[in-house]
Amino acid sequence: MAEPRSELDVILERYGLQPTALLQILREAQEIEGWLPPATITYLARRLGLPRARVEGVAGFYSFLHLERAGRYRVLFSDNITDRMAGNLELLDRLCSNLWVERGKPSEDGLVLVDTTSCTGMCDQGPAILVNGWAIPRATPARVDQVAELIRTGTPVDQWPGELFEIADNVQRADILLGTALEPGQAIRAAIDRGPGEPDERAFNERSWREGIAASAQGPTATLEEIKRSNLRGRGGAGFTTGLKWEACRSALGEQRYVVCNADEGEPGTFKDRVLLASYADLVFEGMTVCAYVIGARKGFLYLRGEYRHLLAPLQAVLARRRSDGLLGREICGQAGFEFDIEIHLGAGAYVCGEESALIESLEGKRGIPRNRPPYPVTHGYLQQPTTVNNVETFCAAALIALKGGDWYRGIGTAKSAGTKILSVSGDCARPGIYEYPFGVTVRQVLEDCGATNTQAVQISGPSGTCIDATEFDRRIAFEDLPTAGAFMAFDEGRDMFEVALNFAHFFAHESCGFCTPCRVGTTLLCHVMDKLEAGKGSQHDLNRIFRLNRLLQASSHCGLGHTACNPLFDTIKRFRPAYERRLESLEFEPAFDLDGALARAREMTGRDDAGAHLGVEE
Amino acid sequence: MNVDPKRPTFLLDGEEVPFEAGQTVMQAALAAGHYIPHLCYHPEFKPHGSCKVCTVQVNGRTAASCTMPVQAGMEVQSNTEDLNKKRQTLVQMLFVEGNHFCPSCEKSGNCLLQAVAYDLGVMSAELDYLFPNRPVDASHPEILLEFNRCILCELCVRASAEVDHKNVFALSGRGITKHLIVNAESGRLADTDIAVTDKAMEVCPVGVILQKHVGFRVPIGERRFDRSPVSAQALEDAPRRPAAKREGSA
Repeated sequence: MAEPRSELDVILERYGLQPTALLQILREAQEIEGWLPPATITYLARRLGLPRARVEGVAGFYSFLHLERAGRYRVLFSDNITDRMAGNLELLDRLCSNLWVERGKPSEDGLVLVDTTSCTGMCDQGPAILVNGWAIPRATPARVDQVAELIRTGTPVDQWPGELFEIADNVQRADILLGTALEPGQAIRAAIDRGPGEPDERAFNERSWREGIAASAQGPTATLEEIKRSNLRGRGGAGFTTGLKWEACRSALGEQRYVVCNADEGEPGTFKDRVLLASYADLVFEGMTVCAYVIGARKGFLYLRGEYRHLLAPLQAVLARRRSDGLLGREICGQAGFEFDIEIHLGAGAYVCGEESALIESLEGKRGIPRNRPPYPVTHGYLQQPTTVNNVETFCAAALIALKGGDWYRGIGTAKSAGTKILSVSGDCARPGIYEYPFGVTVRQVLEDCGATNTQAVQISGPSGTCIDATEFDRRIAFEDLPTAGAFMAFDEGRDMFEVALNFAHFFAHESCGFCTPCRVGTTLLCHVMDKLEAGKGSQHDLNRIFRLNRLLQASSHCGLGHTACNPLFDTIKRFRPAYERRLESLEFEPAFDLDGALARAREMTGRDDAGAHLGVEE
Repeated sequence: MNVDPKRPTFLLDGEEVPFEAGQTVMQAALAAGHYIPHLCYHPEFKPHGSCKVCTVQVNGRTAASCTMPVQAGMEVQSNTEDLNKKRQTLVQMLFVEGNHFCPSCEKSGNCLLQAVAYDLGVMSAELDYLFPNRPVDASHPEILLEFNRCILCELCVRASAEVDHKNVFALSGRGITKHLIVNAESGRLADTDIAVTDKAMEVCPVGVILQKHVGFRVPIGERRFDRSPVSAQALEDAPRRPAAKREGSA
C-alpha cells in the first residue's frame, strides 16, 4: 500500500488537509484505483482527523464514489426518459454483450462496469454516456462499438478521440441574457459606480464597510436597490425574490459571508446551466462577484454537478484569467477593500444536493442531507455563516441588472415574473436546445418554435414540476401560471405517458437521500406499485395507494424531493388515466367472495340492519 | 394545568400550553404533560426530525414537532384522525422496510416501535414488505448488532459521538439502501472501541444494539410497555429535560 499512499498525500496536501474538502479528496482519491479500498478510507480519515465511519458514510452517499471494486472503466448510460426514447437501453445492451458483462456488475477482470445513471443533462443530444465521469453525447451503435473497442484495448480515457466528447450548445433562441455580449468586469464596474437612486436610501454602507469596503462607497446599497427594484426571482424553480435574499444575508450577523452558485443542475430534462457555464461563464462569475460586493462576502463557491466534470478545467481557466485581470482577488476593479475569490466544488452524483441546504452540507464535506429549517442559509449557511445561494441563471440576470438597472429589467416579462427564462427543450421536437423567452410565453409558442408536432403532453420543470396535456398549451411560462426551473420535455401522441411516470418514479427512489421515513420508504413503495402496474397485475386498489402515498409524502417529507416525488404519477393519472387503466387487471376490483353478504344471516339472527352491522367500504 | 399569565403559551389541540423560549413544539408539549407520538426524538439529544412520526399541523401547515421552534400563539394540531392515520402509515413503513418479527425479538415489550404501533392501533403492515438482506454482526463478545430491526433514528450515532466521544456508529448509503455502519476497516463491531457501558448501548429504541447474555432477564409480560401503553409513559421521560450543557439543546 506504500505506493497509493504517496499519491493520497499529494491530494490531501493540495486541499490543505481540510475536512470540508472531503468530497473533493474522495473524488480524486478514487481516480487512483477506480474505487475507494477500505485502507484508503482508513488512511484519509486518519490524516483528516475524522472518524473512519464518517468518511465511509460520506463516500457511501454519492453515486459516483465506489466502496467496492467497480472497474477501471465505469460506463454509465444517462437514463432520463428522453434517453429512453432515444434508445439508450438498446445501446446499453449492445455494449454489455460487446464486452461480455452484465449490467450493474463489474467484470471479473476488474476492467469495466456498465450501468445506468440519472439524467446527465444532455437531453438535447442524447442518448448520453459518462465514462469515468466524462460525458459522451449522441450515442449511436457505431459510437458504442468504438467505446467497447477502446475499453478492450485498455486505452486511457484521456487518449480517446476528442470528437467523442464534443458537446454542442444548441442555443436556438437568444434574448436579453444569451444575446448580450458583456465585457468582463463591465457589470462589476457598473455596480461600484452606482450612486443612490432614491433620496431616502441609506447613504452609508454599514455592512460592506465591516467587510473592508469604505463606508462612503454607495455602490453596494445602490446595487441592492436595483436588484430589489428589478423584481428578479430565483431561477432554480422556487422563485424567492433575489433582492430580499441578498438583503437578508447582508443584514445577518456573522463573521464571514458566502456566495454560493448552485450549478448542481440535476433535474431531469434541464441543461441550460451547462450552456451558461460552457459559453457564458464570465457572466456567471460576474453575477457572483456583484453579489459578493452587495452582501460583503470574501469567498464564493461554484457547486458544479459531477456530470459536468468536462466543464471544470475550462471554468478554472476563466477564474484564472479573471484573477489576472483584477476581477477576482484583492482590490477588485481597483476598489480598496473589495476582496473576493471563487472556488469550484465538484459534486459526485446526488440530485438532492440541488436543494440549497443539502448543497451546503456537501460543500462542507458531508453527506448531502437537507438541513432542518429554520434557520435558513441566509443566516446560517456554509459553516453556519450567512450565505446566499442562487441558481446559475439568477447570477447571470443579476449581472445584467447591475449593468442596466432594475427598471429596465422589470419592464420585460409579466407583472409578477420579471425578465426572461431560459428553457431546456428536449423530447419529441425537431430542434431541441436552449430557448430564452420573456416570461409569459405560451407553451404552444415554444412547441411551435422547437418544431414539435402532434404533441400529447409537456413535462414542465422536470419530474418535480407539472405535466400538462394538449388542452393546456395556452398556459404561460411564469411564476403565476407554470413556474419552471427550465426543463421542457415534449411527448408526442406515440408516447405512453405511463412509461414517463414510471421512469420518474424510479428516478426519485434512486435519488431520495433516505433521511426521512416517508420519502425513503415511500418512493420505493411507489416504484413497487408502478412496477406492478407495468406488469399488468394492478387493480384500482393500487391507484388508490398512489393517492394515499402522495398525501403522506406531501404532508410529512423533510424536503422538496419528497414533496414532489408523486407529482408525475399524480399528474399523469389525472390527465392520462387510460394509460394506467390499460394496465389494470380489472378496473374495479371485485372479490369473488361477498363478505357483507355472508353476514346477512347474522343480521337476521340479531335483528339488526343498521350501518354498524354492515362491513364498511375500505378508505 | 395552571397557566402562569406571564409565561408565553401556544395552542395544542385547542388547549393553552405554556413554553420556554428555545423549546420546540415537542419539548414544550412533553414538559407540559402532553404526549405527541415519536420515535427518533429523545429528550437527552438534539432533535433531528427524521422519523416524521411526530408530524403535526402548525398554523395549517405540517411540520415535525420535534424540530419546530415553538412561538407564542402558535396553533398546533396533533391528535387528529388524519395525522394519526399518517403516523400509522409511517410506522407501517418502518415495519416493512426492515425485518421485524416481534414474537421472537428479545426487545419485545421494551421496543418503542412496537409500543408506538400498538398505541396508534396499527394492526398489520398493509404495505409491501421489502425483505432487505441485512446480516447480523455477532463479532463482539458482549454485544450483538441485529441490523434487521434498524429504523435509522441515528440515536446511537448521536450518543456515541456526543456522549461517548467514540463515533462507533455512522450512516452510509443513500435512500432505501441507507444503513448503519461501524467505525472499523473490517466493518466488524469487535474491531471498534465500543463498551457495554457506553451511552450508545442504551438509546436504541428497537432491538438492534443488544447486550449478550442478559436478553430475557425480565420476562415478556413484565416489560416496560407490557405494563401500560407508551402514551401513558412517555411523560416519565420528559423530566429528563435536555441536559442544558449539551450542544444545541438550548
